Amino acid sequence: MMSPVATLSAKSPQPEARLIEREPYYEPLGDEIALFEAAYTSQIPVLLKGPTGCGKTRFMEYIAWKLKRPLITVSCHDDLTAADLVGRYLITNNETVWVDGPLAHAVRIGGICYLDEVVEARKDTTVVIHPLADDRRILPMEKHGELLRAPAEFVLAMSYNPGYQSVLKELKQSTRQRFIAIEFAYPDEALESKIIVTETGLDANTARQLIRLAHLTRNLKGNGLDEGASTRLLVHAAKLMQRGIAPRAACHSAIAEALTDDPEMLRAINELASSIF
Amino acid sequence: MSTDPRLTLIASGPLTTADLDDRLDALLNPVLSSRRTAAPLAQTLAPLERQLQDFVLNWVEVIGRTNYEMAYQFAAAAPDALKQLDLASAKAWVIQAMDAYDYEGLYRGSQVFKNFADYAALAGASAHAVGFEEVVHVLELFVCGLAGRRMKVEPAPQAYTDTETLYLPLRVASRMTKNENFLIYKSLAVLLWAQSRHGTFNADLDAACATYADPARALEWLNYLETVRLEACIARALPGFARDAASLKNATSNDLRYAVLELPSATVHDSIALLAKLPLNAEVPRHTCMATLRPREAAAARASRLAREKDGLQTMLAALLEEHDKTSSESGDGEQRFSVDVTEAPGENGSLDFELRLDGKPMAPPDNVHNLLDSILQDLGDIPDDYLTPTGDGSERAAPRAEQDPADVWKGIYHEEGALFYNEWDHKRRHYRKNWCVLRELDVQPGDGGFVDATLKKYAPQVTQLRRTFELLRGEDKLLKRMKHGDDIDFDAVISAYADMKSGRELSDRLLVKRHKTERDLAVMFMVDMSGSTKGWINDAEREALVLLTEALEILGDRYAIYGFSGITRKRCEIFRVKRFDEPHGDVVKSRIAGIIPQDYTRMGVAIRHLATLLNAVDARTKLLITLSDGKPDDYSDNYRGEYGIEDTRQALIEAHRGGIKSFCITIDHEARDYLPHMYGAANWTLVDDVSRLPLKVADIYRRLTT
Repeated sequence: MMSPVATLSAKSPQPEARLIEREPYYEPLGDEIALFEAAYTSQIPVLLKGPTGCGKTRFMEYIAWKLKRPLITVSCHDDLTAADLVGRYLITNNETVWVDGPLAHAVRIGGICYLDEVVEARKDTTVVIHPLADDRRILPMEKHGELLRAPAEFVLAMSYNPGYQSVLKELKQSTRQRFIAIEFAYPDEALESKIIVTETGLDANTARQLIRLAHLTRNLKGNGLDEGASTRLLVHAAKLMQRGIAPRAACHSAIAEALTDDPEMLRAINELASSIF
Repeated sequence: MSTDPRLTLIASGPLTTADLDDRLDALLNPVLSSRRTAAPLAQTLAPLERQLQDFVLNWVEVIGRTNYEMAYQFAAAAPDALKQLDLASAKAWVIQAMDAYDYEGLYRGSQVFKNFADYAALAGASAHAVGFEEVVHVLELFVCGLAGRRMKVEPAPQAYTDTETLYLPLRVASRMTKNENFLIYKSLAVLLWAQSRHGTFNADLDAACATYADPARALEWLNYLETVRLEACIARALPGFARDAASLKNATSNDLRYAVLELPSATVHDSIALLAKLPLNAEVPRHTCMATLRPREAAAARASRLAREKDGLQTMLAALLEEHDKTSSESGDGEQRFSVDVTEAPGENGSLDFELRLDGKPMAPPDNVHNLLDSILQDLGDIPDDYLTPTGDGSERAAPRAEQDPADVWKGIYHEEGALFYNEWDHKRRHYRKNWCVLRELDVQPGDGGFVDATLKKYAPQVTQLRRTFELLRGEDKLLKRMKHGDDIDFDAVISAYADMKSGRELSDRLLVKRHKTERDLAVMFMVDMSGSTKGWINDAEREALVLLTEALEILGDRYAIYGFSGITRKRCEIFRVKRFDEPHGDVVKSRIAGIIPQDYTRMGVAIRHLATLLNAVDARTKLLITLSDGKPDDYSDNYRGEYGIEDTRQALIEAHRGGIKSFCITIDHEARDYLPHMYGAANWTLVDDVSRLPLKVADIYRRLTT
C-alpha cells in the first residue's frame, strides 16, 4: 500500500550536485580565476558581486570544472528557509528519514556550494551559513543532532547584485565580512564582442552594433531602468539574429521587452535599437 | 444666465449684440477700459450661430480664470478662427494657446490666438499630427540613452539646444503619417544631441559670424554646414537611424563643396573655415529637419556646467588622493599628480577615450569621476591641467552654495529657484495647467519640546490603553499547523493521520507546519492641515493627535512621515517637514510637532501631488496617505475656493490612487459630507465632530484602517 505521506519523499528535492565535465566557455575579465583559486586553497568563502547577466554563474561553472569539484547551485528566493538549506525530516513508509539540504550535501561531499542571488533569501536564512563561512567551517544541524565539518575541498560561494536599490535587499555586515569579494562588471567592448561572437557565431560587425546598443541602454540605468542590457541579453539577441530574426525584432524581444514593461521606456529602447540597426 | 453648452438646445436664436456686449463686459471687465470696450467684440460675435457664440463665451469665461488678457485675445480672434476651424479643432487650438501661455507666458500664448491661420493649416493634418506631450517622455529617455546623461526636453517654437536642454516644437504635422511626424521629432532630438556631442559649440560661433557683413545670415549658413557635418557623424554612429531619416529627405544633395565636412575628422572649425568660401548672399539650403543655433544660450549653459564640473572633479580627485595615500606607502610631493591621456577610442568614430593616471600609474576612476571626465572631455576635447588639481578636503559634500532662504522669495531676491513645479487640474478646461504651482519644502520651526511630555501626561491613562491595543496588532511569528506545504512535519497531524489510516478513514494531506511572519509592510504619510483656520484649539488638538499617533506608530513599527501643508497663492505653496520617512522619532521630531503653527491657506491639490511623490519613493506593499483637515480646499484669490479646488484635489487624489496610494481623510468640518465623498470616495473619510476627541480618535481610526 502506498501511503500518501510517502509521496512526500518522491517530491522531495534531492540536492543536485553536478560534476562539470566539459570546459565551459569563459573569458576572464581580470584576475578573478587566480583570486578564486587562492581563496579556495586558503579555505575562504567567496562573494561574487556584479550586475545580472555579466557571467557570475558561468564563472562558477568554469571554476567547478577547473577545480574538478561538483557544483551545487541554490537559487535563493524570499521563502528560502534554513531547513531548505540544511535539511529536514521526511516521512516515508511509516518512518521519518533525514534528507540533507543542498548546503549540507555540498559540505558532505566536499563540493562547491553556490548561493545565487543570496540577498533574495530571508535574513534569518543567511545566518546559518555563518559558522561555515568563518574559520570554524562547521555546519551544525540541530534537528538532526549532527555537526558537519567541512572538508578542505568544500567551498562556499555566493553572488549578490549591489545594483538593487532596495534597502531591504542589503547583505548584513556580519555576513558579508566573512567573505572575500570579487567584483564582476560588464566586459569591455572588445571582450564582450569576442564573447558574443564565440557564443553565437554572429559576425563581429553586428556584435559591435549590439554592444553599442547595450551601452546606450546602460546609460539609462537609474533613469527609469534598474539595469542596462547585460551580456546575457546580447547573447540572446545575437542567437535570435543567427536564427534569421531581423535585428530590430530581435532587439525588441531579447532586449527591450526583457528590460522593462514600461511602455515609454520600451518605446525609447526600441527607438535606440532602430537607430543602430 | 448659463453658459452650459447643454442648454444650447433649449435656447432659440442667437444672442443679440447688446446681450453679448453685457456678457463680455462682465467676463472681461478687468482688461477693459474706456478705450478698449467689449462692443467691437460683441459686433463680430453677433452674426455667429448660437452654438458658436456659446462656445466662445464659455471659453472666455474659462480662460479668464487663468488670465483676462488671454481671454480677450481669444474673443478677438475667435470669430475669424471659427470660420476656418471646426469646434473640435478650435478646442485644440485653445488648449494649445493655453499650454503656450503656461510654458512661455502671455506673449507666446496670445501669438497662438493671433496666428490661428497657422494653426488651421496644421489642423488640416491634425489626425496625423504628433504633439510634444506625446513624445516628450520617450524622447527624454531616448536622448538619455544616447547622451549618457539626462538632458531635459522642453517645448519651444523652434528647435535648438543650449547643450543642457533640448528645445523641440510643440507640434509636428508636416507629414501625412504619425510615424513620419514622430521621426521628425526624433531626428530633431538626435541632431540637437549631436550638436553637443560632436562639439558644435566648442568654437565661439558668434565671433566667427561677426566678421561677416550679415552675421545673422552667416549663422544660418553655419547652421546648415554643421547640419551636414553632424548628419555624417550621426550616420556613422547610428546607421539604422540614418537609414530611417533618409526616407524623410526629398533629394540628396551631392554638393562636393561639403565633402570635407563628411570626413570623420571634421570639426566645427572646418565648418567655420568653409563659411569663408561660400556665397553667403545665396539662399541657405533647407533640410527637412533643421534646428537653429543659439550660441549665446549654449555658451552660458556650457560655462556654468564647466565651472560646476571643474569644482566637482577637483573635490572628487582630492577624495581619491586621500584614499590613495591612506593605502599606499609612497606619498607624492606637492606637484601635479593626476594626469589624463586622451586617445582616440577604437571602433567608435571620432570619439575620445582617456586614461586617468596618478603619479604616472594608470588607475581606474570610479564611475562618478569617469562620467565627469567624459563630460568635460565632450565640452573641451581635452582635460586642462588645472582641472586635475585636487582641492577641498575631499569629504563627500556638495559644492558650497549660498543657502537660499525660501522666505526671501517675496523679497524679490530670487523667485523660482530651488522650488518644485506641479501641474494643477483645471476642471473647466479639462486640462492641466502646466507647472502652475510653485512648491517648496520647509522645516517646521521647532517649538516647545515640553508640549509632547505635557500631552503624554494629560492623556496618561489613555496612552497606556493605546499602547496595549497597538501591541496586540504588532506582527509576530506564528506557527501555522496542519498545512499542505511547510518547513517541518506536524507530528500531531501525522499521528492522527496514522490513526485515521489504521481505522480505515480518509487521510488528511495537511501534515506540515509553517512559520509565518505577518509583516505589516506599510508606509503611511500624514498630511496635516496648517492653514490659518486651524488657529486655536483645532491646532492644539491636531498636535495632540500627532503626539498620541506617533506613540502608537512607534509601537507598531510602521514606517511613517508627517508633513504639514499650507501656502498662499499658487506661487507660494509650502510643505512643512515634521518627520521624514527616514528620520527616527526623537526630540527633534517632538519639538517640530510642538512647533506646528497655523499658517495661511489650504491649496490641497499640490500638497497631495508632492506628498504622493514622496510616498511613492518608499518601498512598501501598502501606501497610505492620511489627511487631517478642517475644511474645504481654499486659497487666496485665484478661484481655488469652491468647485475648482475640490476638483483639483480630487484629480490629485486620483493621480495618487493610480500610483497605488490609498487616501483617507479625517476631518472636523461638519459640512464635510457635501464635498469629501466626492474627493476621497464614499468610504474614505471620517468626521470627528468633537474637536476635543480628535487626539484619541486619530490613533483609533488609524488602527481600524490598517487592520
